[in-house]
Amino acid sequence: MSILYFLIGCSVLLALIFLGAFFWAQRSGQNDDLYTPSMRILLDDEDEDKAKK
Amino acid sequence: MDIEYSKMAVTETINKTVCYHCGDECLSPPYIIEEKAFCCLGCKSVYEVLSASDLCNYYTYNDHPGANRAKTDARFDYLNEPDIVAELIDYSDDNITIVTFYIPQIHCSSCLWLLEQLHKMNRAIHYSRVDFLKKQLNIRVDHHQMNLQQLVELLYHIGYEPIISLQDIVKKQNAPSKDNLVQKIAVAGFCFGNVMLLSFPEYFGMSGYEQSFKHFFGWLNILFALPVVFYSGWGYFTSAWLNLRQRVLNIDFPLALGIAVLFIRSVVDVLLNNDPGFTDTLCGLVFFLLIGKFVQKKTYYHISFERDYRSFFPVAVNVLYNDIEKPVSLSQLNTGQRIIVRNNEIIPADAILLKGQAVIDFSFVTGEAQPVNKTLGEIIYAGGRQTGEAIELEVVKSVSQSYLTQLWNNEAFTRKNDNRGQTFNEKISKYFTIVLLTIAFSALLCWLPFDYKRGLAAFTAVLIVACPCALALSTPFTMAAALSIFDRNLFYLKNTKVIEQMAGVDTIVMDKTGTITTGESKNIELHANLTALEEQLVYSACANSVHPLSRMVCEYLGPLHKMPATEYSEIAGKGIVATINKHTLAIGNVSFMMTNAVQDIGYTAVHLIIDHQYKGYFAIKHNYRDGLEDVAKLNSSYEMFLLSGDQDREKQQLLRFFKTDENLYFNQSPQSKLDFIEKLQARDHKVMMIGDGLNDSGALKQSDTGIVITDNVNNFSPGSDAILDGRSFNKLPAFLRFSKDAVTVIHISFLISLTYNLIGLSYAVTVNLSPLVAAILMPASTVTIISFTSIATHLFAKKRKLI
Repeated sequence: MSILYFLIGCSVLLALIFLGAFFWAQRSGQNDDLYTPSMRILLDDEDEDKAKK
Repeated sequence: MDIEYSKMAVTETINKTVCYHCGDECLSPPYIIEEKAFCCLGCKSVYEVLSASDLCNYYTYNDHPGANRAKTDARFDYLNEPDIVAELIDYSDDNITIVTFYIPQIHCSSCLWLLEQLHKMNRAIHYSRVDFLKKQLNIRVDHHQMNLQQLVELLYHIGYEPIISLQDIVKKQNAPSKDNLVQKIAVAGFCFGNVMLLSFPEYFGMSGYEQSFKHFFGWLNILFALPVVFYSGWGYFTSAWLNLRQRVLNIDFPLALGIAVLFIRSVVDVLLNNDPGFTDTLCGLVFFLLIGKFVQKKTYYHISFERDYRSFFPVAVNVLYNDIEKPVSLSQLNTGQRIIVRNNEIIPADAILLKGQAVIDFSFVTGEAQPVNKTLGEIIYAGGRQTGEAIELEVVKSVSQSYLTQLWNNEAFTRKNDNRGQTFNEKISKYFTIVLLTIAFSALLCWLPFDYKRGLAAFTAVLIVACPCALALSTPFTMAAALSIFDRNLFYLKNTKVIEQMAGVDTIVMDKTGTITTGESKNIELHANLTALEEQLVYSACANSVHPLSRMVCEYLGPLHKMPATEYSEIAGKGIVATINKHTLAIGNVSFMMTNAVQDIGYTAVHLIIDHQYKGYFAIKHNYRDGLEDVAKLNSSYEMFLLSGDQDREKQQLLRFFKTDENLYFNQSPQSKLDFIEKLQARDHKVMMIGDGLNDSGALKQSDTGIVITDNVNNFSPGSDAILDGRSFNKLPAFLRFSKDAVTVIHISFLISLTYNLIGLSYAVTVNLSPLVAAILMPASTVTIISFTSIATHLFAKKRKLI
């Protein structure tokens, strides 16, 4: 059962990486505007638009 | 709402011509290009600009996405002044400038699309990005090819004029918040999750050979608890300490005590006794508490509650130097300088009128409903808005010395007001702490003679289990739910405390102009039988005048053919005498008529005499807001007063709504409004002030709850506790009742959390509190409180018909 020590170490490390990723996202302003991208994605891209015509 | 709106637009097109750009009805013959009708030149020109840049997709995402552009007289030449530019931009180097604008017009996906295609209209724009909720546009531009003025003009030409003001709310909002609350929650949540996982084996029981894990898990738990206590939960310690030093016992004290005791007891248990400790309860507690803080902090990105006169004033004003106009920023405006103020511009400093016909609208500053005529040489106070032609003035006082600014800096206005009542939470937590400490110490003393270990265990257990987590959460969750319900009804509160203040109010004071009357649309009624010729005569006479009343008459009579006047004279503040087509006309107020046939009818009227015969009058009535009747019914449970800066012309009409003469006060100055509120408060009244203009700002600050009414939340409104959209004025009684309901919900949830505390205490004092019991009780009480408050608040909102 000593493998548990290793596994717990791994799980904590993995969780720490995710926590670090969240901190990075928060610092770099990725969570500043959570609304506009949801609208932006519904707008057509320029090239598609020309292809239609 | 969007769907409804577009449906309406479709049905309208059947019988009316609707502007392709803004969706307004085309009143005058429309401008037509490419089979598309436009209501005004402004809307047409926007379409032309967009079609020239191949950006007509703008019109495919939404019907009529634009805003009406009838007004086309904006000037931006002040944006060439380096001082002003430096204030506005975010960043600039040798090649590029980054700037953020606040554009209230942003409202739909078309806006978003168009504003992010700006680089197609001008290659100098590298990048433009919209923040939809904040209504902001971030632009990166090559300033060698395009300066700020050209950039703003481009935005203006496509119908998105940014609001540029001295008080920069844009930058303030973009400043990162200092408290790192989200990060703290992330850390607490991360540790909570891990600690829970590591605590489960203990709760399910471990066999003998697994005992080595027990120690390992305990150690890990302590490690996880460290950042929770010293990073996430640290704010509670500092806040409790600060409050203790001010001799205040607020809820943070028992919370900090709980956190500290939980941590110390867990460390001791794990290290010395090889017991599991309470780390999962500790992490959960901090996590839930921070979540409570988070939901309470609601931000309205597009609304500012802290505006003052600086955001009301323009950024710059045109100064005449040797007959050449040059824009100068307000801070550099000196006495003796000559300034030009155009139609719809605000006079920024006290000045003497030198040239032109001044018709100044002071409604926002003093509450007077009618624009005032000023004669040459008269001093015009800052804050008035010129309506009509351009006027020339000489500045007699600098901006900071002007009447309005002085008023604002007046001690009474800036007074920090601390008379606002304590919240329920603050009141109760004082007693709660005392009772809690008493129980804890008596438990200690009871056990001490027999077993000091048990005594200490009981002491700490009491502090742990009675930690007022549920109590601390009941207010934020109730208030957050209530806030979002107010929000849905277009009533925006500065913070959650305002709800409790509202619930405690017993007196309501209202302003008149702009508050119970709507700002712009006034009713005009014709009380006379006029022939078509007479109508044309009146129209022709009034068309010569820029007086607002003349314009209203012209608008009422509709576009008619204007006949030339052979004789015409206008007597300021009285009326017009004209001879047209051999008919003599006298149009004006009562004192101008000089016949006995005319009686003063009690409200603003324009009387008509044609060929020496009295014909009748146009009655101009203020539009009272919808629902004033409902609001007036509040006078059975509240004392209601009206304070108006205006004259008492409408007294008779207003008496319908207010009980007696004694509830109506006219000709009130900003200072006297403030004093009136103060007098009411001295008699132990809790006062709610409802106002709209700068003249109410002192009273709004002094009152227990200051509410600003506005027809456009993006417009300027003075500092206040809450902003109410004019459309929801009729819901005010429901809002007041609902705020009381919210307080009731808090009271009930307090009782619920007390019940949980009592259950916990029964375990604690008998030293039966195992970590498992604590780990079940704490989240259970939290979940109960959160679900109860949200459900109860929504049920009450349904009852009050707010959702």
